[in-house]
Amino acid sequence: MSIEAVEKVKARFPEAIEAAHSQAGDDTVRVHRDSWLEVLGFLRKPLGFDLFVDLTAVDYLDREEELPRFEVVVHLRNMATGKRIRVKSRLPESDPSIQSLSLLWKGANWFERECHEMYGILFKDSPDLRHLLLYPEFEGHPLRKDYPIDKRQPRIPLLASEERRFSRPADETPHGHDPRFQEKP
Amino acid sequence: MTVDSSKDLHTDYIEVMMGPSHPAMHGITQIKLYLDGETIISADVEPGYLHRGFEKECEDHRWNQIVPYTDRLNYVSPLINNVAYVMAVEKLCGIKPTPRCEYLRVILSEMNRLTDHLTCVGAAVMELGAFSGFLYFVKARELYYDLMESVTGARVTYAWTRVGGMRWDIPEGFEAQSYAATKETRRILKEIDGLFTKNRLFLDRVVDVGVISREDAISYGITGPFLRSTGVAYDVRKAHPYSAYNEFTFEIPVGENGDCYDRYKVRMAEMEQSMRIIEQALGKLPGGPVNVEDPRFIYPPKQAVYTTIEGMINHFRLVYDDVHPPKGEAYGYAEGGNGELGFYVVSDGGNKPVKCRVRPPCFPIVAAFGKILEGHMVADIVPIYGSVNMIGGEMDR
Amino acid sequence: MGLETKLQSIPAIASKVEFFINWARKWSLFQYPFVTACCGMEFMSTACSHYDIARFGAEFPRFTPRQADFLLVVGTISHKQAPILRRVYEQMCAPKWVVAFGACACTGGFYDNYATVQGTDKVIPVDVYIPGCPPRPEMVLDGLMKLQDLIQKEKLDEHLTHPKYKPMMP
Repeated sequence: MSIEAVEKVKARFPEAIEAAHSQAGDDTVRVHRDSWLEVLGFLRKPLGFDLFVDLTAVDYLDREEELPRFEVVVHLRNMATGKRIRVKSRLPESDPSIQSLSLLWKGANWFERECHEMYGILFKDSPDLRHLLLYPEFEGHPLRKDYPIDKRQPRIPLLASEERRFSRPADETPHGHDPRFQEKP
Repeated sequence: MTVDSSKDLHTDYIEVMMGPSHPAMHGITQIKLYLDGETIISADVEPGYLHRGFEKECEDHRWNQIVPYTDRLNYVSPLINNVAYVMAVEKLCGIKPTPRCEYLRVILSEMNRLTDHLTCVGAAVMELGAFSGFLYFVKARELYYDLMESVTGARVTYAWTRVGGMRWDIPEGFEAQSYAATKETRRILKEIDGLFTKNRLFLDRVVDVGVISREDAISYGITGPFLRSTGVAYDVRKAHPYSAYNEFTFEIPVGENGDCYDRYKVRMAEMEQSMRIIEQALGKLPGGPVNVEDPRFIYPPKQAVYTTIEGMINHFRLVYDDVHPPKGEAYGYAEGGNGELGFYVVSDGGNKPVKCRVRPPCFPIVAAFGKILEGHMVADIVPIYGSVNMIGGEMDR
Repeated sequence: MGLETKLQSIPAIASKVEFFINWARKWSLFQYPFVTACCGMEFMSTACSHYDIARFGAEFPRFTPRQADFLLVVGTISHKQAPILRRVYEQMCAPKWVVAFGACACTGGFYDNYATVQGTDKVIPVDVYIPGCPPRPEMVLDGLMKLQDLIQKEKLDEHLTHPKYKPMMP
């Protein structure tokens, strides 16, 4: 496990680390977003975490009241020693922006482009934040929890309607639209 | 007397859209090319034409209902996706599958690795013009589709694993059919080796084409045969052995130059190693149950469901409410056909995930692909893209 | 073609000419495989030696819409891809048919979300639907045979009368 990596980061940046845990054997450390670039730069060069595994974000809408809404998660691996680490940072809904990692790892750019269009997280100083998986006319950020799953945005006028005929919001009865089970007002 | 006409002729760069619907695009990806004659000045790859909203669907479905969605990620090796997803959830729950289940997962994963490499190299040589080579590869692939059909009932998309085990055990006659299949595959691979490995036409198209350096590959996050062709011997099955991989002997083939020919050789060698693993695993397959005996995750036997009240309630709970992993997060990973396939799952204790992220192995490779193309000719796009093995379901999700 | 439509007015000759032209068309189909997703694997299996679509004369894919007879939509169509599908369909010349291959192409499959078009028939008119996720190669050949039955029953002036030939793009 990379406990010693976490210890070295704590020694170098004592005020940046907010929390750390090793649930299920994955070493995780949560940093403050202002020291995002320094901590990750330290992990890359002196500590040798050079394989950029993944960058993603999680939307904790209404789940963890005491912490900000979005969390950016980065997974790294040290090719020489085989150790892995997960670095996270919380971003508030009012200002979801964080430094871009494209100068440290070349692969970070495409992961950040996808994260930006799916969650609306702004990566400052990124060389390229265009859309990647969605089209330019798409409005909104679909992986946010308040974007409904069946909201359609067709790109061309369609020949027939795409409305879900069997959609059931959570508070409707499981019996759906069967008239025998409707409540009389 | 020579005439230098380059100063008189007006030259310009051409912008060509190698559009989404194209025979060499392995599905649908668009490459915007800026060309100077035939040489590529810059290439801008635009994926996303197969974005189907996998992560949004995951947040709307229960943990075991996500397994069919994972099939359609890397659809040339679907069982590896099933296994990697279920491993991530089992890591979060802290349960360990039975030894027989681990062995069966290894055997079926290696068969899917064979179908992955056969499809990849087959499609690559077809696009280079050798259509009959493709027919040989698909003939070998049919053997494994028949094997998978005898176990799971489906040829391409299986939805075979569950949290805590698998759907059911292998049938009678599976071992004999597998040994026959590996023998036939070795014969077909020998024929293919004779067709391509020293073929001057093939070598001229693929040697020293699409070279990537070791440092660039690691910085992009590339893993799998693409990284192994540059000389880095990183394979998740050896570096972080999961399932039952530490009980088998196999090698990791490694290339030297990082060009398309090395990737072809790495894939051909990996197929031989996969067959070795299958034969070793079948030789020492342990007996016992396939599913772990934990009522929180696995259905009770039907006898108990129909005769005892506890069995009936247990069954009802699992069907209606599915499993409830503890609150937290986990990252489970396996070696997919293209590299490290990881699933990052976040749970809040409920029966639906908060987040189920798949780390696609071909995503960073295609991110680097645009950079690799610079300086090559248009005709080189075909062998390089063939060796990238872009699977649309996995890259666009 | 002008001669065919003029012949339509002489029933005695028209039915014989129709029979032979449709017979020739159905046994030499040029397909445009618009392959997007997992169904492409079963399409490859159908096209290769084991299941052999070549016995129906339909083995050679034409990757340009100008030369293709039928558009085989294989796999999921996303909203990003829909304009391209419509443009490819519009570029094909009459007579043309569309086969929706797979559950995602028929009705959107189990991807009922913001990104997926719920069926190819929301974008272009479809003639034959082949369900399955993915359909077995035998089902694909059955769908091809149903398409051949459709082709056999066509009239000579189909391209003037059938509503699917009305242009959709402005």
